[in-house]
Amino acid sequence: MSQVVDAKGLACPQPVILAKKALSGIEEGIITVIVDSEASRENVRRFAESQGCTVTAEEKDGEFYLEIAKGYTCAVPGQTGAPARQTGKKRAVFIQSDSIGPDEELGKQLMKGFLENMVELEDSELPSKMIFVNRGVFITCFWDETIEKLDELTKRGVDIFSCGACLNHFGISGKLKIGEVGNAFDSVQTLVQHENTITLG
Amino acid sequence: MEHSEDAGVFRLNDGTLLVQTADFITPVVDDPFMYGRIAAANSLSDIYAMGGKAVCCLNLVCYDSCNIEARELRSILMGGLDAVKEAGAVIAGGHTVDDPEMKFGLSVTGIVEEKHLTRNNNAKPGDRLILTKPLGMGILTTANKVDMASEKTMETAARIMGMLNQGAAAAMNETGAHSATDITGFGLIGHALEMARGSGVTFRIRTDAVPFLPEAVDLAGMGLIPAGSYNNRRFAGETVEFEKELSDDRKMIYFDAQTSGGLFISTAPENARTLLEKIRENGAGDAEIIGEVVEREEKFILFS
Repeated sequence: MSQVVDAKGLACPQPVILAKKALSGIEEGIITVIVDSEASRENVRRFAESQGCTVTAEEKDGEFYLEIAKGYTCAVPGQTGAPARQTGKKRAVFIQSDSIGPDEELGKQLMKGFLENMVELEDSELPSKMIFVNRGVFITCFWDETIEKLDELTKRGVDIFSCGACLNHFGISGKLKIGEVGNAFDSVQTLVQHENTITLG
Repeated sequence: MEHSEDAGVFRLNDGTLLVQTADFITPVVDDPFMYGRIAAANSLSDIYAMGGKAVCCLNLVCYDSCNIEARELRSILMGGLDAVKEAGAVIAGGHTVDDPEMKFGLSVTGIVEEKHLTRNNNAKPGDRLILTKPLGMGILTTANKVDMASEKTMETAARIMGMLNQGAAAAMNETGAHSATDITGFGLIGHALEMARGSGVTFRIRTDAVPFLPEAVDLAGMGLIPAGSYNNRRFAGETVEFEKELSDDRKMIYFDAQTSGGLFISTAPENARTLLEKIRENGAGDAEIIGEVVEREEKFILFS
């Protein structure tokens, strides 16, 4: 039974938000979103595709019916030629401390070594996002040598986020030297979307 | 004036012209003071785009009394006053109506000395094109309505939108420019099209030189693009050629409807560097030379 979301008459970005809620409520399946403007049709399509869903749109009397398929991994007929892009780009690294393992002194060296060695990876092996939370945000604020290496990573397309609430908690919001302040939405979305999340610390 | 100018113009006497404009907008940021300041900066901008100076303003308020508290309204008006004071103008009064959707802005009366009057239809081949503020504000404010833009980027966006185009206009009057407009609802492409078509020339934009806030591209990819930006693409899309290969999300940045966007100036090549430096000194640190004017080609705007 496919769910129908009626978003007619709503201004951007409300139809996207309704589609987002409906999609997050299902593991797998099809939802139909009805909109009545071209802007909403395009926006809902963009959103669904950014979430890895397949979208087909149909117009009936000035209304657009978008069928969004979530979770089915098999190819849609007629689109079999699409290349399977399996690069490291769907990998996220989640850093939840400034130290790895029980011994703190050794742990900090390990963390530094691990992060700084990431620049040696091939582009295809790099993660698409790195999220620093809890004591991890000390790294993005104060570890100058590591920050230099992280900067190289951002130039190669890796997005770096530090948890805003964590920065506030430690009173170091103004000290962030690399990347952006992430919100809870970004973090949750990244963890859910990425096929492969590596957790450190 | 018979073509589409940024503001209405009346001759007062030899050498001095009266310019008149009005604009108001729905909230674009969460903070009421900043919203007021941005709305005022947005209203004042048309005066600056013509090389003028604001003199006297009226508040235009559509007040959503069910959802906006009186003290928030006060903050909005204080934000507006803050911008008007910086402009060296006064608020002489205003008008408020009840409206379920909050809107605020100004009616602005300004003057411009005839020698400084900068029209939007006088770009000349060889000119360099300067843009004084980064793009992406329409997408960011749309995303912000549903809390999907990062706080850090929204702070930057609010600062950019709250900045007056006064400094850039002063630099332009000092150095001289052939043509200018301000980038608002029609986006960079819409306003550039108006100038290029009016001047009978083509603009060659160096895509990589155009400043924008990078998060806007990601948010565009998630469908957080305002309807106005799609309208701009429908209206102006045929007049543009993207020679450089760009993602569809990135292209939307150049169609994106701006609130309180920067000035877009065409100036002689020998003046361009000096003008850019002065604009930056006057506060618009993100200003860039983004392209040049060439003889009319089939398309009015080329992104190379």
